[in-house]
Amino acid sequence: MLLLNSFLFCGIVCLISQLILDNTKLTPGHITSMLVVLGAFLDCFSFYDKIIVKVGGGALVPITSFGHSLIHGALAEANSMGIMGIVAGMFDLTAAGITSAIIFSFLFALIFKPKN
Amino acid sequence: MYELKKYGHSKNGDTMENKKYQRVVDNNKAPEQRGRNALIAFLVGGLVGMLGEGIIQLLCYYFKISRNEASTYMSVILIFIASLCTALGFFDKLVTKFKCGLLIPITGFAHSMTSAILDYKKEGPISGFGSNMFKLAGSVILYGVVSAWFFGLIRYLIGGSI
Repeated sequence: MLLLNSFLFCGIVCLISQLILDNTKLTPGHITSMLVVLGAFLDCFSFYDKIIVKVGGGALVPITSFGHSLIHGALAEANSMGIMGIVAGMFDLTAAGITSAIIFSFLFALIFKPKN
Repeated sequence: MYELKKYGHSKNGDTMENKKYQRVVDNNKAPEQRGRNALIAFLVGGLVGMLGEGIIQLLCYYFKISRNEASTYMSVILIFIASLCTALGFFDKLVTKFKCGLLIPITGFAHSMTSAILDYKKEGPISGFGSNMFKLAGSVILYGVVSAWFFGLIRYLIGGSI
């Protein structure tokens, strides 16, 4: 069931962004930025957490989950540390993704030669 | 002199005409084309999401770890696959075919970083790829952090603890 939900949720997010891409002048950069802001907004009142419980991994794959985990880490840290936690805990949950993206892209770019 | 001017003008005019033509073509893309793009994006994006959920369930089952840990591993695995495919050179072709189906999932983030490094590799490690690798991913991180800080502050001030 979670597999089907994942398929539908991730597919619909991609479908909406493809429609925006085709029908307006916005570039993929605009759309990904908008989706990140949307993810952060939805988790403002823990709405995205409910989506994750229902949908499972499919809600963690689109870029909206990046905004969600930024604000989630910030609020979790703020819970224990006070208002400075919003700044201190910002990258708590996304650190794995960002670090691995930097390291893998650096290593692969050193090993492989650019095509074209 | 007049000829030269005229030539220059017509040359400029040509490029303008081309741009206009391109815009008209973009605006009048056949609806079927758009529908097909949307359908492809839906299917491919859905498959990537399903792959993510499948990886989480497999990791939970075989390594007996919690779902939270498994979801971290899942995003690292997807980023690894996307970076590797970009560096091998065939991810770009897939992106031009499937567009948002691959750009919106976390694979698009890894793809933008790896392709930026590969593009600027010739210009050296510092002023080349070092300063250009966040060219595309930078906006995602910037607006993500700013909006998460803003909404987080509002949530903290309104609702107190979570």
